[in-house]
Amino acid sequence: MVSYVIRRLLQSALILLGVSLVTFILLYLIPADPARQIAGRSATAQTVENIREQLGLNLPFYEQYVRYLLNLLQGDLGRSYLQKTEVSELIAARLPATLLLMAGAIFCELLIGLTMGLVAALKRNTPTDTTLMVLSFTGVSSPQFVIGILLLYVFAVQLGWFPIGGYGTFMHLVLPSLTLGLLGAGWYARMMRSAMLDVLRQDFIRTARAKGLKRVQVLFGHAVPNALLPIIAMIGIDIGLFMSGIVVVESVFGWPGIGQLAWQAIQRVDIPIIMGVTLVSACAIVLGNFLADMVAPLIDPRIKLR
Amino acid sequence: MKVRYLTGVASAALLAATLAVPASAEDIKQGGSMIVTYKDDVSTLDPAIGYDWQNWSMIKSLFDGLMDYEPGTTDLTTDLAESYTISEDGKTFTFKLRDGVTFHNGRKLTAEDVKYSLDRVVNPKTQSPGAGFFGSIKGYDAVAAGEAESLDGVSVVDPLTVKIELSRPDATFLHVMALNFSFVVPKEEVEKWGADFGKHPVGSGAFSLEEWTLGQRLVFKRNAEYWRAGTPKLDQITFEVGQEPVVALLRMQRGEADIPGDGIPPAKFLEVMKDPQSKDLIIEGGQLQTGYVSMNVKMPPFDKLEVRKAVNMAINKERVVRIINGRAVVANQPLPPSMPGYDKDYKGYSFDPEAAKKLLAEAGYPDGFETELYVYNTDPNPRIAQSIQADLAAIGIKAELKALAQANVIAAGGEADQAPMIWSGGMAWIADFPDPSNFYGPILGCAGAVKGGWNWSWYCNEELDKLAAEADSITDPARKEEREKLWGKIFTSIMDDAPWVPVFNELRFTMRSDRLGGPDAIFVDPVHIPVNYDYVWAKDVQ
Repeated sequence: MVSYVIRRLLQSALILLGVSLVTFILLYLIPADPARQIAGRSATAQTVENIREQLGLNLPFYEQYVRYLLNLLQGDLGRSYLQKTEVSELIAARLPATLLLMAGAIFCELLIGLTMGLVAALKRNTPTDTTLMVLSFTGVSSPQFVIGILLLYVFAVQLGWFPIGGYGTFMHLVLPSLTLGLLGAGWYARMMRSAMLDVLRQDFIRTARAKGLKRVQVLFGHAVPNALLPIIAMIGIDIGLFMSGIVVVESVFGWPGIGQLAWQAIQRVDIPIIMGVTLVSACAIVLGNFLADMVAPLIDPRIKLR
Repeated sequence: MKVRYLTGVASAALLAATLAVPASAEDIKQGGSMIVTYKDDVSTLDPAIGYDWQNWSMIKSLFDGLMDYEPGTTDLTTDLAESYTISEDGKTFTFKLRDGVTFHNGRKLTAEDVKYSLDRVVNPKTQSPGAGFFGSIKGYDAVAAGEAESLDGVSVVDPLTVKIELSRPDATFLHVMALNFSFVVPKEEVEKWGADFGKHPVGSGAFSLEEWTLGQRLVFKRNAEYWRAGTPKLDQITFEVGQEPVVALLRMQRGEADIPGDGIPPAKFLEVMKDPQSKDLIIEGGQLQTGYVSMNVKMPPFDKLEVRKAVNMAINKERVVRIINGRAVVANQPLPPSMPGYDKDYKGYSFDPEAAKKLLAEAGYPDGFETELYVYNTDPNPRIAQSIQADLAAIGIKAELKALAQANVIAAGGEADQAPMIWSGGMAWIADFPDPSNFYGPILGCAGAVKGGWNWSWYCNEELDKLAAEADSITDPARKEEREKLWGKIFTSIMDDAPWVPVFNELRFTMRSDRLGGPDAIFVDPVHIPVNYDYVWAKDVQ
């Protein structure tokens, strides 16, 4: 177990190093010249050269990368080219909003997905089942910006039930959480349905029924907990999925999280921010997967970590 | 929708009836607040560094410079300077500062601060994008090269007098002293915050920064000690960031915001203009901007004058203006109409495809030729380029469109042999200050016709360069008109050589809620872009 954890941690570090290298190369290769961008259109050639030198942009690629890594080891993600603020400060200021949104999304996807899956399994091969499964398909395959704009238009603009984007109160949280959670809800509905069908066929369910338990007791006391086990482990992986979703959802709803930060930085080619957010997201994904793997054997003793 | 809309009109009418509108500026009561929305985070508020549409006017509200402009106009006036004198040779400016001006931290502003601020902006460590504007100050080269810390030409005569010596006469120098880059900052605060000064700005302006929650909002509070009595009118301005322009518009219509800072989104423009409820909330203004097609005079066949003239006559500018829903006026010369020196009587080249064809034939291209038109790949620019492409095809010129990212188009324009034609939309030159010289040097003068420069026509007329230098050495304010005439002549002479097709001058539209008062001009201020916040007042406290 301990050796497994150590091995996984080392692997994670390697993955993060790889991500940083690939991102750094990509950003190095884009044709925009950061020094010229910072200097602005009125700058003299001398100003541009000065800036290039001060930021170390005149150094060869590998030297720039090594410098970045050395700073990174000290927790220094550099300063934003345009905002001039420490990238770590920008990310730290926005991380709580993103975490809140993710929590909301996890709640939404579990609530909607598990309920749908449960109902579908119990009403197997009925029109209800079919309808729910079509809905879940729709949830899985609809682009989030479409869902987001639709929800915003119907529930905020037309009906006026929710604020039109923004951040602050519980009401602000509902629509973006729903948008981000619907994709996962579709997956969970399908997973829950098949897991339930699987469990309901098992011997111990028959035993439970045979010993005279009520239907509700069989369902919630025996079937659901067993069906849930493999699903819980999936939540860790969701965090990775959310990382791509937040860029879209936060932009649509004006949610002040790191996804919005990334989107703005990409449009303005603010390289240190893009680098920083990418690394933080990569960490989250690696961590999420790691947790999922760690939790799995706790839930299901049949799984052994080696 | 309809029902709400009618109640909206009714309540607006009711509101208008109950609000007594003050007759003159003195009667306007201070108080109230407004909410301005923006899409992007506010980048730095350091006056030496901030250089975008969003922070430009915010910095003007937080800081002061020696000079400024009359609100809503391009007329220079004094600001922190109470008065100034210019020496005979036009090379020495002496500014007398207003007494009793204090920074937001309570300390008195002195001539030392003016000197410190100028030394700082030129110092390469500051990384100011505006350092080059101060090139005419004596000692600039040494400081810019990092060899000296202090500008030789700037000296403190007494605590309220600062003398600035130039190495050459510079008629635009007073404009430079009105640029944000020259604004006065307190040394102790800059040193305290270091690179984070832009997040903790302390100036002497009409407002001070009260709160900045990264990614969410900034709150400006009225500076009760502001030296200009009775200004500003509002107690508080809240800037909310992270809101898409369409969302901002909806929030405004609901009464949750007062000014959509990024303007009216193009997709909503016609709808808003037609809506009787919002129509009256829109203010239209000019912009110191010209959209043009550049022709590289170093690349055949554009080295032939007849060809360039033919292109000038071939493009249907009215149609281009229609493509952007009439958000512009047709141009015939490089200068925009609101720029001093603009020649109202100049007619330019009229749209005449037949005559254009004849010119092409005279130049030796009776069947036209093939070329390339570079364009920034963001709407509406590709559509505009297609329209120009069709016009060119009508006289036999087959232009292939090269729609690229902004940085790539700019890079291509900065090479002598890469882009035969460029449509400037989305990257066009917008003046830094309202003086015609700012429209010449970098984009039409020999100095800009270098690798990486902005003179995409690579047009270099040494005689006009001489005239330009002559015009800029006229520093006597009494000869202002003469100087502007000279500049006007330079620009119409450029049109004789036709390196550009000036296509249009974009208009600016600001929308503001019915709660806000103030002269229309300050909402489309040509210098305090987008809005001159200091002079806005709230109707609900009157």
